[in-house]
Amino acid sequence: MSIRLTSGGRLIDRSAPIDFTFNGKHLRGFAGDTLASALLANGQMLVGRSFKYHRPRGIVASGAEEPNALVNLGQGARAEPNQRATTTELFDGLQARSQNHWPSLEFDVGVLNNYAARLLPGGFYYKTFIHPRAAWKHLFEPIIRQTAGLGAAPKDRDADRYEQVYAFCDLLVVGGGVAGLHAALVAARAGARVWLVEQSAHWGGRAPVDGDMIDALPAADWVNATVAELAGMANVTLRARTMAAGVYDHGYVLLDERLADHTPGDGRPRHRLWRMRAARIIAATGAIERPLSFAGNDVPGVMLASALRDYLVNWAVSPGQRTVVVTNNDDAYRTAIALHQAGQTVVAVIDARDQADGALPAQARALGIRVETGKAIARVKGGKHVTGVEVCRQTGDGTISRFLACNAVAMSGGWSPVVHLYSHCGGKLIWDEAGAMFRPDAAHPPITQDGSAMVIGAGAANGALREAIADADAQVRIALKAVGIKPKKSAVPRQDLPDEAALQPVWIMPQAAGVGLRAKVWLDYQNDVKVSDVQLAAREGYGSVEHAKRYTTLGMATDQGKISNINGLAVLAEALNEPVPQVGTTTFRPPYTPVPLGALAGEARGEIFQPLRKTPMDGWHAAQGATFEPVGLWRRPYCYPRPGETPRQAVAREVKNTRQALGLLDASTLGKIIVKGPDAGRFLDMLYTNVMSSLPVGRCRYGLMCNEQGFLSDDGVMARIDDDTWLCHTTSGGADRIHGWMEDWLQCEWWDWQVFTANVTEHYAQIAVVGPNARKLLERLGGMEVSQDALPFMAWADGSLAGFGCRVYRISFSGELSYEIAVPASQGAAFWQACHDAGASLGAMPYGTEALHVMRAEKGFIMIGDETDGTVTPQDLGLDWAVSKKKADFLGKRGQERSHLTSPDRWKLVGFETLDGSVIPEGAYVIAQGSNANGQRHVQGRVTSTYRSPTLGRGIAMGLLLRGPERMGEVVSFNTVDGSTVQARVVGPVFYDRDGEKQNV
Amino acid sequence: MLLLICPYCGVAAEETELAPGGEAHLKRFGPGSSDAEFEAYLFARKNPKGVHFERWRHAYGCGKWFLAARCTATLEVFGTYPAQTSGPPDDIIDRIKARRPDWKGFA
Ligand SMILES: [Zn+2]
Repeated sequence: MSIRLTSGGRLIDRSAPIDFTFNGKHLRGFAGDTLASALLANGQMLVGRSFKYHRPRGIVASGAEEPNALVNLGQGARAEPNQRATTTELFDGLQARSQNHWPSLEFDVGVLNNYAARLLPGGFYYKTFIHPRAAWKHLFEPIIRQTAGLGAAPKDRDADRYEQVYAFCDLLVVGGGVAGLHAALVAARAGARVWLVEQSAHWGGRAPVDGDMIDALPAADWVNATVAELAGMANVTLRARTMAAGVYDHGYVLLDERLADHTPGDGRPRHRLWRMRAARIIAATGAIERPLSFAGNDVPGVMLASALRDYLVNWAVSPGQRTVVVTNNDDAYRTAIALHQAGQTVVAVIDARDQADGALPAQARALGIRVETGKAIARVKGGKHVTGVEVCRQTGDGTISRFLACNAVAMSGGWSPVVHLYSHCGGKLIWDEAGAMFRPDAAHPPITQDGSAMVIGAGAANGALREAIADADAQVRIALKAVGIKPKKSAVPRQDLPDEAALQPVWIMPQAAGVGLRAKVWLDYQNDVKVSDVQLAAREGYGSVEHAKRYTTLGMATDQGKISNINGLAVLAEALNEPVPQVGTTTFRPPYTPVPLGALAGEARGEIFQPLRKTPMDGWHAAQGATFEPVGLWRRPYCYPRPGETPRQAVAREVKNTRQALGLLDASTLGKIIVKGPDAGRFLDMLYTNVMSSLPVGRCRYGLMCNEQGFLSDDGVMARIDDDTWLCHTTSGGADRIHGWMEDWLQCEWWDWQVFTANVTEHYAQIAVVGPNARKLLERLGGMEVSQDALPFMAWADGSLAGFGCRVYRISFSGELSYEIAVPASQGAAFWQACHDAGASLGAMPYGTEALHVMRAEKGFIMIGDETDGTVTPQDLGLDWAVSKKKADFLGKRGQERSHLTSPDRWKLVGFETLDGSVIPEGAYVIAQGSNANGQRHVQGRVTSTYRSPTLGRGIAMGLLLRGPERMGEVVSFNTVDGSTVQARVVGPVFYDRDGEKQNV
Repeated sequence: MLLLICPYCGVAAEETELAPGGEAHLKRFGPGSSDAEFEAYLFARKNPKGVHFERWRHAYGCGKWFLAARCTATLEVFGTYPAQTSGPPDDIIDRIKARRPDWKGFA
């Protein structure tokens, strides 16, 4: 049973008790505890169940590498699944629940999977998905799905807020251990802008725990002094609780700062995501201890030796009063010595090496600790916690020599440098034979924009497990030089460390363990991957480490295999009979530890998820209760329902009123681009399919734009303002895109042409005054001549109306008598109100985008995005009249000459009238005879616009049909979702006022 | 998240400020060109692993299009230059040759 010792604990404050709950049980810890240390202090060894077999699992590690101790934290709007107990700082009222068990942690039905392990070998998921399908559906899936899974996704909206900040520095040092602290200090003293970030709440890393001496000071004192000096420097930013999630191109780093995880609801943002741009990055991220691979190495109470030492020294927690230490190196003896010094019993140190004569083993022996060399653990005994170990020879097959009763096992298989940040952007690793570890290859670093090293490893992360400060000193000087900063000469702080003998790589314990043992040796605790699974993958031909990973799911859990990957690939290498470096590592990808989605979203949620563009009259629309719809980033009134009206009734009223009296449309979102210069006409002739240079001043012309493939891209009305100035109207969603398109051609292809463009869309409010009473309204407003003679159809004029300076275009998108009036944006709302005031007795009503669409469809006018989808030419839409035959060239001309675009077998625009007057469903296809190889019905056309016409009292539609214009009068069938069909007659696309008389009065 | 220096305004612009425009130095083929020429212009792209020339617009900055010489494998940037040219300038070519002796040259 794990307990809290009566004294010690460098991080806890015994005068500040903290109450929390685990699975509803009320427990108490101290300020400074992590959830993991507090659970252990309360004797809670069992913290979760494994993913596949639901094996009981305890805490293995003390930091970010923890694979087992994942909990659901909080509830309601502050619920967060899969939180690592080892990195969760304890706070008053913390509520944690264990995961992946049913019905309870102590008694779990899913553990039956454990006994069915022979049915769930490596590659299980793939094999069951491939065949037999029924077995998955009826047998495996219900079992797995009901009992497995990670934490529960929160159901409520996140109560917290998150923020993002940009930051810049010369040198970003990641890792606040002694290497990182020293690197930051050297850089800071040299005058560099330095950031130092540390993922935990404490500075100093392992050195204070291990009792290192630095410059004759206890490491903790040296750390405090160094932090104090750094904190006093203006060019240094220190951030604890800040995790470097990933290194990206050209020095871009995401830093996730946990501001209020440990003080929830205190008003601060929960996390702050720093979007850092660093000229150079020092990865002083330390190293992670590896487990040893022996049978039962997942039983609660088996822990990394360094983690056990952390719990003992930092939090005065002893995971077991009788501990067996098992190791292949000298470092683990520190744990034995620390246990002994804390008054705990060390049953034995089981050392796989034949000799253990270094300074630390010697010290252990001198303390009376039994050391057994050449030995291994054959098997850990115990279910929900360790009860003992069976000892055997490391070189044998597991024949048991003796049983040792104990309730904790501290294991150490050596250390792996944390090379993630070095690897994210392609830094290469080399295999260090002596340390049996991958470390950064300084000859092949990840590079930045000038081709030089972007990330530089330092200290343990660079493979310097012992002389970390000396290595950091050398590396930071290289980094500073690279950014043109001269470091000051200074002595390197001296680390006083006992000599350590060489480690002996041990990948399977014992070496010749039989199949029975190998099937109980866990590599990946969270995803339940065993030595036997990796060996099976190798036998089944998954020789590539990336394939074996995906086949076995090794390293694919939320911990991303921080403690399992190296062991796993060493086992794979052995099975393949290849050296470890030849097998190589899987790819390290960001984030280093999970980042909340909330932090990635930042403030971009709710109303400010994305920018919202509003016209000058938006407030009026909202006050009228308009129903809005998004158009690009704009919001536009869809219709203006009156009390008791449905939107459909409102649209019908708006259409009828506009056709019979007077409608007012806020058309301000229409794109407006000025094209000006001596070559403007020539330029527009290239851009549009028809001729724009010949347009007389004072006149308007409808025009089409195509891409180089010849497909329609945008349309709109052009106005010739003066000799060298044109105003192009674009679609509402297309203004920015078309402006960019114009600039592309002007800057990159015809850069010698003298043309300027300006996107003035937001400079003007634009109002369409539409209907039989339109002219009467303008006459009432007064100020300029708007008669048929003075301002005929497709003409424009500058003037004033009701005292507002304006430009009036006589254009129509509805088929009615219509004027579009542009006024400066700042006067848009006032002019809009003036139109309504003066128009009230003329029947003026606002209409929205749906009425606009219905009226243009009644007239057979096409809409970009409805009739077009990037594969439709002007000719397909019967717009040949707007495509010049005379021009030698325009964008899209050559594309339109391609044989498949000139083929008579194109789908072409026609109108459709349903025989029963109904509305053809949106997206419906015109069906043809027969089916394709997939059993899908052949089709010969599709509907592109379909509405109920209030004017005509029935459904109308436009669409594309194979050789459509040749098939007038034919009846075709449209499919519907429910499998029935709708019959419609092929007609011309213009349903209303075919001769266009109403707009030209 | 590339950093590219806009040759017009001198800003080291982050990728979020830029709009990509694909391969640089394409020759436009219009009416009168053969099917093969037109296909090459519209569709055939080099897509190399290594030295590449591409178009970028400083869309959320000065609005200008510029060209960049970049290694698509390592993201090393050899230089950026104004778009009003039909081939990379000599100083850029020299820098690429210095950094990539095996490079076969601009063609
Ligand atoms: Zn610029």
